[in-house]
Amino acid sequence: MRPCGTFDVKYEQDLRIARTPAQRAWAIIGLIFLLCFPLFAGGHWLSVLSIIAITIICVQGLNFLTGYCGQISLGQAAFMAVGAYTSGILTTKLGLPFLVALPSAGIMAGLIGLLFGLPALKVKGFYLAMSTLAAQFIILWGIKHLSITGGTTGMTVVPASIGAFTFESARSYYYVILTVMIIMLYFAKNLVRTKAGRAWIAIRDNDLAAEIMGVNLYHYKLLAFFICAFYAGIAGSLWAHYLTVIHAGHFGLMDSVWYLGMIIVGGMGSVTGMIFGVAFIKLLDESVASLGPALATTFPGISETIFASLSLMFFGLVIILFLILEPRGLYHRWEMFKTWYRLHPFSY
Amino acid sequence: MNTFVQLLLTGLMVGGIYGLVAIGFVLIYKGTRIFNFAQGELLMLGAFFCWAMLVQAHMPLWASVLLTFAFAIAIGFAIERTALRPMLGQPILSVIMMTLALSVFLSGLVTLIWGGAWKVYPSLIPMGGINFMGFTLSQQHLFGFVIALLTFAAFTLFFRRSRYGLAMRATAEDQQVARSSGVRVTLVFGLIWAIATLVSAVGGILLGTINGVNFTLGQIGLKAIPAALIGGLESIGGAIVGGLIIGVLESLAAGYIDPLVGGGVREIFPYVVLVIALLFRPYGIFGLKRIERV
Repeated sequence: MRPCGTFDVKYEQDLRIARTPAQRAWAIIGLIFLLCFPLFAGGHWLSVLSIIAITIICVQGLNFLTGYCGQISLGQAAFMAVGAYTSGILTTKLGLPFLVALPSAGIMAGLIGLLFGLPALKVKGFYLAMSTLAAQFIILWGIKHLSITGGTTGMTVVPASIGAFTFESARSYYYVILTVMIIMLYFAKNLVRTKAGRAWIAIRDNDLAAEIMGVNLYHYKLLAFFICAFYAGIAGSLWAHYLTVIHAGHFGLMDSVWYLGMIIVGGMGSVTGMIFGVAFIKLLDESVASLGPALATTFPGISETIFASLSLMFFGLVIILFLILEPRGLYHRWEMFKTWYRLHPFSY
Repeated sequence: MNTFVQLLLTGLMVGGIYGLVAIGFVLIYKGTRIFNFAQGELLMLGAFFCWAMLVQAHMPLWASVLLTFAFAIAIGFAIERTALRPMLGQPILSVIMMTLALSVFLSGLVTLIWGGAWKVYPSLIPMGGINFMGFTLSQQHLFGFVIALLTFAAFTLFFRRSRYGLAMRATAEDQQVARSSGVRVTLVFGLIWAIATLVSAVGGILLGTINGVNFTLGQIGLKAIPAALIGGLESIGGAIVGGLIIGVLESLAAGYIDPLVGGGVREIFPYVVLVIALLFRPYGIFGLKRIERV
């Protein structure tokens, strides 16, 4: 819903992502805020924001596959692991530059994603979810048992460097993450309104109808799998150079489930909604984690395991309540609010 | 040759338990078209509850097993009513996400009540192996295998002969037609969840007596997924067959491939089989290939 009086009179206007002066102003203010954030924020909030940005890239990948193409993936964390280890091996063991390792990590993850997307030729729905579940287990098993990945002990990765400059501090690396995230989101916003994006939405809404109208199901489903895993791979690479120590525990089945949960909470099939979902869950996670020590001092009787299980129950409950009460996610609420704001005081 | 037969027998025995867990998946999928990812956690809940009755409340065996069954039935009805009923008519992703969220919630609940340590059952089934034509069979696994076959037989009878079984088959076939011939579909859904929870409680008690109980027990539910898929998601007999196939393949892989790659193949072999099955025969051995009409 656009504000009253906004019309497209030229093709260029129709193509714009930010359509009104207000939107452009907000985009610039947001960008300036993100760029200046490290100047006034402490190390803790910087790390929170960096992790949110990495997660946004990863979840946007899943959003292509699940939100736009309607296929369910339970293996996103494993694809992220492929990217992280590829990047780690390329930079640390082979000494390749970061700028080569980053896209290679994405492509490697994308190819593995294609491999596990192959059953899409014959199956859909639950059955396809099974294939990605298998991917989750098989990839993590491979990481734990191969010698090049360091097995269960994990792997140390060198910090990212471009030319002679090494991004050793969290502050400098934050800008790398931010730049990559903005490029990936810009690409995503544009990708979903190309031929491929429209084909995905057609497949999601009704795959038989899409096929009859000439959409090559197999081609576009595999493309969705590739792009989905590609984004996960890029996120994994950023993650590896951010933490500089990676091990298989970072990429478990539960992480894959949470990525799906973030899409649900935010609202499926929208780039903005996905960002809402990631920020909501991550900030909730953060507040629960910071509440933990406070609770532990107030109630000394509560042990660590009880607290862990309570937070697990809490997150399960959040997703359950969202599914029952707000199945279209936070984004839908936000759109309704915007519509109300623009039309006020009239009802339509 | 001897090793082969031994591995085969061990695999069959373990596969029986996978089959039992897979029946739970199949029941729910057949009746409600929902794939329940929380099956493993339901199994764990049953196992913990029975342990609590036996050890913490000092009940006799028969009473604690009966109480566990009653508890499982109540939980099944409760989950269907509170969590799954609002999901009727929602897209498939929401339903999958709901069962995943349920599994997270239940595992949190179980660790909250019983903590993370291993709980050991008092030995209900004698330990040790028995000799069968020169091969050793674990008595506990044999017991589990027999229970799995009995459950299968009981369900076959239930679906063929009883009124409610017929109502469930009708609902599985077509919900609207069942409704118009007087079947209360909501009640049938509740019953299906109750029965599936009951079956997982049986599996939980069995696994509990064999290995003890811990919050990692929920993992076995994930391993039974390949069994359910290979058998065919619509067929109870298929679940048993799928369970046996997975058990045997896993055991053979552990016996023959493990020495080559250095161990641990057992953990992922079912999933490798799953991917291959999805590529070549996605609807399983006994499953129905859905023909879609617009």
